[in-house]
Amino acid sequence: MTAESLAFFFLAAFAVSTAILMVLQRNPVMSAICMIGTFFSLAGLYLLLHAQLLAVLQVVIYTGAIMVLVLFVIMLLNLGDEARLRERYDLAMGVGTVLAAGFVVELFFILFYSGDPALRASMDPRAAALGTVEGMGGALFGRFVLPFEMTSVLLLVAVVGAVVLAKRKG
Amino acid sequence: MEIPLSYYLLLGAILFAIGVVGTLTRRNAIVIFMCIELMLNSVNLSLIAFSAFLGEITGMVTVFFVMAVAAAEAAVGLAIVIALYRNKPTVNVDEINILKW
Repeated sequence: MTAESLAFFFLAAFAVSTAILMVLQRNPVMSAICMIGTFFSLAGLYLLLHAQLLAVLQVVIYTGAIMVLVLFVIMLLNLGDEARLRERYDLAMGVGTVLAAGFVVELFFILFYSGDPALRASMDPRAAALGTVEGMGGALFGRFVLPFEMTSVLLLVAVVGAVVLAKRKG
Repeated sequence: MEIPLSYYLLLGAILFAIGVVGTLTRRNAIVIFMCIELMLNSVNLSLIAFSAFLGEITGMVTVFFVMAVAAAEAAVGLAIVIALYRNKPTVNVDEINILKW
C-alpha cells in the first residue's frame, strides 16, 4: 500500500459515503453539506490524477459558488420543514434503485473482466505536465480558443436568463 | 500498488449511479438538482482519469467546459426553482405537474 493508493481508497470511500448520505438525508441543508464533502474528495482525486488546476477550480466553482448558491436558495425558500414534503416510496423508486445497481454491476464486469490492457496500464508519464496552469492554459488559448470564448457568451446568457427568471413581476 | 484506470472509472460509475437513484427517487427539486450535479461530477472524474492515463489534454479541457456549463445551469436552475416557488409555494416535483398533461 503506497501513500497514493491509500489516499485514493480514503477519498473514494469518503466520496461514495457522502454521496449516499446526500441522497438519504431528509433535510436539504444536510444534503447540501454532504454534497460539499463529495466535491472536496473529488478535488483530492483530481490532484492524484495530476489535474492541479481542475482541483482548484472544483473547490472554487463547485463548493465555493454552486453550493453556496444552493444553500442560499434553500434558506431563502425556508425549506426547513420537510414533513410537508412527503417523499414517495413506491414501485418507481424500487425499479430505479435496481436499475442503477444493475448499471454498476454491469460496468464492474466490463472494467475488471474485459481483459483490455489499457484498463490496467499505469499513468502516462506526460500526465504530470498536462493539468498544470501552463498546460491547461496552452490548450485553452491554442487549440480550444473558440469554445473557450464561447463559454463567456454562455455565461452571459445564463446571467441574463437567471435575472429575468428570478425577477419579481411588475 | 499503483491505482489503475479501471478503479477511477468504477468510482465514477458508482457516483453516477448514486446520482441516478437520487434523481429518480427524491421529490425535492433542489435535491434533484444536486443529484444532477453529482452525475456531472462523476463524468468529470472519468474524463480526467482518461486524460491522465492517455497523456492527452482534451479530456481535461472538456471538464473545464463542463464546469462552466454546470455553473450556468446552477444559476438558471435555481432561478427556475425560485420562479416556481413564487407561483406555488412548494418544491415537491409531484405537485409541480401543470406541464405534465
